[in-house]
Amino acid sequence: MIDSMLVAVGGFFGAISRYGFGLWASRRPSRLPLGTLTVNLLGSFLLGLIIGSHVGGVVPLLFGTGFMGAFTTFSTFKVECIQLGRRKDWGTLAAYLLVSYGVGLPLAFAGFWLGQSL
Amino acid sequence: MLLVIIGVAGIVGALLRYFTGLMVHGWWVGAFPLGTLLINFVGSFALGWLTAWVNRAGKVPAWVKPGIGTGLIGSFTTFSTFSVETVNLMQQQLWGDAALYVGLSLTGGLFLAWAGLYIGAIPRSSRMGEANP
Repeated sequence: MIDSMLVAVGGFFGAISRYGFGLWASRRPSRLPLGTLTVNLLGSFLLGLIIGSHVGGVVPLLFGTGFMGAFTTFSTFKVECIQLGRRKDWGTLAAYLLVSYGVGLPLAFAGFWLGQSL
Repeated sequence: MLLVIIGVAGIVGALLRYFTGLMVHGWWVGAFPLGTLLINFVGSFALGWLTAWVNRAGKVPAWVKPGIGTGLIGSFTTFSTFSVETVNLMQQQLWGDAALYVGLSLTGGLFLAWAGLYIGAIPRSSRMGEANP
């Protein structure tokens, strides 16, 4: 019960924060979906940090599963990719996929590594 | 008000993800992160379907897309867990599992988002006499 509450509270703020980044990005002219890209890269690093540091208590469920899980998103990322493809904006689509995976995974690793050495 | 809707929908999405993960962990014993993969697959299809349906249906309340799409489905699926799980597989030197996970997420997610957008855009002429464009 307490576990679910932690995930719920984290999910509430994670979703709102992601929406906030989306609003911020919508004011910037860019062909890349900067909002989703920013939350996914930032969230990958921070979740790596949380898991790598092996910090206990409420942190993994509140900030990890709850907040970072809801803050980052996979579905929006994929739907945005298809929409770029439908506009035949292949260069932006390739860059979006490349940066999401090619920078997201190293950032998760960097966060994990940094967390372990804390 | 919209912020509260997105937040509450985020609670539902995060809890659905949490309980789905627990359920999958109940019967799946492998190192492969099957729970997150299934969640991300289902969410990609659902968001594609919702996006196309909202565009097609017209008179949909303004909160539906940000509430259900951004709030619920957006919070249900996750990129950070995917990234960290991949790093975990690599650190356990399960290179095959890691490559399979990244490959399936990449291609399967794209395909399901496409399929959702495609199916959601198909008009159902039988429903309420909707005109077939």
